[in-house]
Amino acid sequence: MDSILNVLQQILSTPSVLVGLIALVGLVAQKKPIEVVIKGTIKTILGFLVIGAGAGILVGALNYFGALFNFGFGVNGVVPNNEAIVSLALNDYAQATAYIMAFGMAANIILARFSRLKYIFLTGHHTLYMAALIAVVLTVGGLEGWQLILAGSLLLGLTMALFPAMAQKTMVKITGDDSVAFGHFGTLGYVFSAWIGGLVGKGSKSTEEIAFPKRLSFMRDTSVAISLTMFVFFLIVTGKAVMTEGYDASMIASGQHWIIFSLLQSLTFAGGVYVVLAGVRLVLAEIVPAFKGISEKIVPDAKPALDCPVVFPYAENAVLIGFLVSFLGGLVGLGILSLLNGAGMSLALILPGVIPHFFCGATAGVFGNATGGRRGAILGAFGHGLLITFLPAFLMPVMGTLGFANTTFSDADFTAVGIIVGNIANYIQGVGLLGISVVAFLIPVVYAIAVPKKAAK
Amino acid sequence: MAVNKILCACGSGLGSSFLVEMNVAKVLKKLGLHEIEVTHSAATDVHKGVADLFVIGKDMYDICSPYGDCIVLDSIISIPELETKLSAYLKTKGVL
Repeated sequence: MDSILNVLQQILSTPSVLVGLIALVGLVAQKKPIEVVIKGTIKTILGFLVIGAGAGILVGALNYFGALFNFGFGVNGVVPNNEAIVSLALNDYAQATAYIMAFGMAANIILARFSRLKYIFLTGHHTLYMAALIAVVLTVGGLEGWQLILAGSLLLGLTMALFPAMAQKTMVKITGDDSVAFGHFGTLGYVFSAWIGGLVGKGSKSTEEIAFPKRLSFMRDTSVAISLTMFVFFLIVTGKAVMTEGYDASMIASGQHWIIFSLLQSLTFAGGVYVVLAGVRLVLAEIVPAFKGISEKIVPDAKPALDCPVVFPYAENAVLIGFLVSFLGGLVGLGILSLLNGAGMSLALILPGVIPHFFCGATAGVFGNATGGRRGAILGAFGHGLLITFLPAFLMPVMGTLGFANTTFSDADFTAVGIIVGNIANYIQGVGLLGISVVAFLIPVVYAIAVPKKAAK
Repeated sequence: MAVNKILCACGSGLGSSFLVEMNVAKVLKKLGLHEIEVTHSAATDVHKGVADLFVIGKDMYDICSPYGDCIVLDSIISIPELETKLSAYLKTKGVL
């Protein structure tokens, strides 16, 4: 009997197996044939293990980067990358993340059913990343066990329904109808960009009336984009370290020229991210369709909230402008952060990670264009670039030991949720934090019951 | 030429390509084509020979077009558009 209990207990506490179990339940609930159930369950577990392997690859490069940056510049340098930080977070917080993700999706369905936030968040990888972020900040805030899972799931469900609602007004402007919602956790950056666009864009023509060269499209290949930018970062950081007094060759892989070292480490990092992406893809392969199918049955009137490239075709030039200008904003933000550091504040230096600027910056460009044409796209994306540089700097202190990693969450909603929940947790720990999560979740439900709907729209 | 495998691609191969994949699967089922395999991945994984057809959004066209036939969707979420373009393509290939 003991050994059976032991096996059961290990199933529920081993994250990869637990995630497999979630997929298994989803597949059985959809009455899939047995071979599909077996295949899906295996691939989900496999994916989880692959994510861990990816973390193992990229952490070496990150450690070098952090140590050399610190040595050369005397401060912490951070490359924001969701995949990297999530793969590291899963080393310690995988069990909580898995439970929070599963029950968080259920919480999303409950909110869509019983409140006026009728959105189902279908961008599965962002659900996973948000689950990991929430698991970390709540654990740092003193929650554990069922309280952690309950509070985390409610908060995740709330973010999954609330952020798409915030973007919907501009989404209608972009897509021209109200049937699709936007589900990508950079929403605050996009809404910020749309707001700036509305302020400055009066009379500005749409970006789509400019003819643009398309040569930059090779950067859409994320592995290439990460490799190139990390190579530039490594060259600068290693080059500076080599020229700094006290440098010795043991700081980098022995016997390698520092340029070759930089090349290999940057590609190793990109390789790690590639592996993590492959793992995430495997993990989600069964979970997302199951979530989609179940939610369509329970809340057929909810709008699906979809990943950011859904808006790219509506404004292709804004996509390019958004990326370039947001990246520029990231560089300017980095400059400001180092000035603040020079003035005595202790902030990590956030380098412009190419992936967040590419995806989120591009989306910010589209949102800015929708409300304010060219001027809106440019200034909105610039504001977005500044925002996603400053937010991660303030997220680091509430991330516990992960705050000392040389990478962190990049997109605006992750960092904002982390900063808000993390700072509340600095004052209110344990059960109080659980209570706040429950209340926050219930507000939209109570609102829907207490405040009657306006008769005409 | 037979069409055995369709690959949907996007930047990270996580979100929108997955969505397109689910839509393609839905359309193929409707057309009664159960033998065609459909999957999704990142732009990095697009090479010659990995699939007979790529179904993508406009932003991926420059990356995918050197490696095989592409169906480019103006709206990656529109099932009617997908169905029109996909069945037209399959007809030219003699699959439909």
